[in-house]
Amino acid sequence: MSPAALSRLAPILLALLVAVLPLVASPFTVTLMNYIGIGAIVALGLVLMTGFGGLTSFGQAAFVGIGAYATAWTSAVMGYPPLLGLALALVVSGAVALLLGAITLRLGGHFLPLSTIAWGIAIYFLFPNIPGLGAHDGISGIPPISIAGVSFAASWAIYYLIFLLLAGAMWAVANLLDSREGRAIRSLRGGATMIASLGVDLFRMRLTIFLIAALLAGLAGWLYAHMLRFISPSPFDIRPSIEYLLMAMAGGAASVYGAIVGAAIVVFLKNWIQDVLPYLSKNATQLEIVAFAVMLIILLQYARGGLLSLVQRFVPRAVPTPKAAETGLAKRTLPAAGETLLKVEGATKRFGGLVAVNGVSFEMRAGEILGLIGPNGAGKSTLFNLVTGALHMDGGTVAFMDRDITNTAQSGIARAGIARTFQHVKLRANMSLIDNVLLGAYPRTSSGFLKCLLRLDREEEAHATREGLDQLDLVGLGGKATELAGNLPLGNQRVLEIARALAADPVLIVLDEPAAGLRKAEKDALAAQLKAIQARGVSILLVEHDMDFVMGLVDRIVVLDFGSKLMEGTPEQVRASAAVQEAYLGGVA
Amino acid sequence: MDFQIAAILAVDGIASGAIYVLIALGTVLIFSVTRVMFVPFGDIAAYAALTLAMLQMGRLPGTVLLVIVLAAIALVMELIHLWRRGALRSTPRALFFYAVLPCLPAAAAWLLQGVTLPLGWQMLLALALVIPIAPLLDRIAFQPLADASVLVLLIVAVAVHFAISGLALLFFGPEGFRTEPISREVFEFGGVIISAQTMLMVIAALAFSGLLYLYFEKTIAGKALRATAINRIGARLVGIRPQRTGTVAYLLASVLGGVSGLLIGPVATLYYDSGFLIGLKSFVGAVVGGLMSYPLTALGALAVGILESFASFWSSTLKETIVFSALIPILIWRSLVSVHHEEEEEDIA
Repeated sequence: MSPAALSRLAPILLALLVAVLPLVASPFTVTLMNYIGIGAIVALGLVLMTGFGGLTSFGQAAFVGIGAYATAWTSAVMGYPPLLGLALALVVSGAVALLLGAITLRLGGHFLPLSTIAWGIAIYFLFPNIPGLGAHDGISGIPPISIAGVSFAASWAIYYLIFLLLAGAMWAVANLLDSREGRAIRSLRGGATMIASLGVDLFRMRLTIFLIAALLAGLAGWLYAHMLRFISPSPFDIRPSIEYLLMAMAGGAASVYGAIVGAAIVVFLKNWIQDVLPYLSKNATQLEIVAFAVMLIILLQYARGGLLSLVQRFVPRAVPTPKAAETGLAKRTLPAAGETLLKVEGATKRFGGLVAVNGVSFEMRAGEILGLIGPNGAGKSTLFNLVTGALHMDGGTVAFMDRDITNTAQSGIARAGIARTFQHVKLRANMSLIDNVLLGAYPRTSSGFLKCLLRLDREEEAHATREGLDQLDLVGLGGKATELAGNLPLGNQRVLEIARALAADPVLIVLDEPAAGLRKAEKDALAAQLKAIQARGVSILLVEHDMDFVMGLVDRIVVLDFGSKLMEGTPEQVRASAAVQEAYLGGVA
Repeated sequence: MDFQIAAILAVDGIASGAIYVLIALGTVLIFSVTRVMFVPFGDIAAYAALTLAMLQMGRLPGTVLLVIVLAAIALVMELIHLWRRGALRSTPRALFFYAVLPCLPAAAAWLLQGVTLPLGWQMLLALALVIPIAPLLDRIAFQPLADASVLVLLIVAVAVHFAISGLALLFFGPEGFRTEPISREVFEFGGVIISAQTMLMVIAALAFSGLLYLYFEKTIAGKALRATAINRIGARLVGIRPQRTGTVAYLLASVLGGVSGLLIGPVATLYYDSGFLIGLKSFVGAVVGGLMSYPLTALGALAVGILESFASFWSSTLKETIVFSALIPILIWRSLVSVHHEEEEEDIA
């Protein structure tokens, strides 16, 4: 069987297995399965958030607790139906997530996971202190779920409800990951500069996946409360939070199936430990957490990608062929050749006492290739970062197509029609070529999270795929659309970055040392491709070290030295200039 | 609240703040050198206090067993490591550092069973028993992951905490202990009563902060530690071994943790899991210093102690919520003032 067929068949087989299980398994196994299902719903949120989005939460059990307490209060204390409890569970966990996210998700580096420990503990200590929630004794007498007269009181009945909801959640998350927003989520680990240069709003993206994970946890809390019919604060401590994280990591945080596999590993192991440890020691329950922690450490030392990553080493990667429409995405009208495109006036940037760029002014016209050159330390890269918004300007203005874009956010500049590449290639190595290119088309497409979750984005996606495939064809990588970007040689990776920039349908592309590290043949091919791009009406600004490459390619050159503009002119004029020769060689020979 | 109560609360807060200062300094020390957020650090303090309590009751503390088992695992790992690198000639060295040295205090405790030692010697023995734990855990849990991201190391640290606090329950049982006070003397300053124990805590915090400062500023070993913290690769280029400086950091931090445990032992009843909250609260202080600056860390930890003391006056049940909620604004402030240099995050998967 081909890997593709296998990957299509696997979910169906899994679903059948889950559906038949209660008919043949013991009631105890069904109960265990219920815990697995609930754990998997929480872990699924963590797979999305941690595995793909790179946000670690040590406080997910707090959201489970919010969901459980919300529904327990609604149904057991107030006597309303459990479905109203579900509504309240989702509303409260969502609202808390938005509030916490708004405060903490701008934090960088390790500060973010640490803040999750803080609010995780704070919320846990809050539960017994809110009046009406039964203090440390918790709330008992929670009614079973019943929907339209069907009661889910029996263990096997709620089993089907749990796994139906889990399947739905897995379907939606898988849809999301295979969509426009999903690609953006998967690129979140690529660094803030790359994400912003693609026109993606990093904060909004983080907030949304944080919210989705919290809603899933709230849903799990609702199921948990109505399954156990009794809740107390202790299952919502930081320890179960770690257990949920362990589930996501143990299964494989890079796959939606990782959630269910991981939950199964954790629940069964826990049960097994509870069975076995009493034979080994009379202090079994105390050793349980120790055994667990040791297993997590071993797992992280030997299989950081979880169990599924071990399996995937032996199963070839399934490559679904992307469905493409006949036509690409709508294109913008490019300004007529010769119009003023970019106008930089008095650009200044200081780093402490050092003036890296000192009042540089230049203009660029539509349709031209402009080279920015200068000796080491001349301020080329700094100027580049000022134009693309990666650095804050201390003085001067930048206007693009008569619009002031001075100190506009990077994503705003990207959306205005300036696409960039990086000196050190910033691609997502674990994503396919086509997915990397489609990242560039992010600002040209509009399907939001809801559409992506429900798979209502397919038509736009097909047009975008066509666009991406066309761009790959144009740069000569058409045959490799489904390969992983990390497997390409450096020359091809640079070209792929240019294809990604072009997928944004830019007016201007800015290239940061595109020829660095390329061999002669690769440089020639790159120069030819840049000429072809120019012929299609796209303007190019490039910062470059390699004189041969620049001289044969560009229409005009701006020379920088010590942060100031030395001269501006055609390649011939620059070549003839005594000042330029002195700057480079330290004097006319 | 009148002045009297405020003064009492403040003294109380400064006393527990002093403990947090010691643990927070150790946390920063370990993090800056090894990039490991050593969550189980509070547990080390709890182990010190509970070990002392066991010694005072004339029982053999479980710490002895823990150290021996950890030393055995670390030794086996080190030998395998040496064998793979074809460096088995270093075996005697490994035996000395991973078997003999850590087990010396354990052997002493074994031999001195039933002997009633004076308090000072008991404390020294408890400290010596606890000190090897963190460096051994480093060898076992963290060194094999030296290339991992801060995040993976953090998850491992949390797991290590669960392991050793679970073992603490096994060794010390669920009941709480209080050790004998070092001094029962009490002083009165303008109506505010300050015990000698409290003063001792503050003096210890000041003394160790001062010693740490001198170590970092005046000694080559301290400078090597700082160099590793600033730039690991650069440090290696000038001949500093990050693994060795890491071990030194763990050792120093263990002294701080152990001492703080011995100091709180007499004033608070400690349970097997008390270390976690102590560690986390110190951690709030460490975050104030951005996990970098020692003076800011000390101030932050002191502030946490005082905040906690006043919070427990306003609402004893909500004091934990108040202290940990305070972390969030601090984190936001830190993340605004710290220069965040762009770094691609490693894929966990």
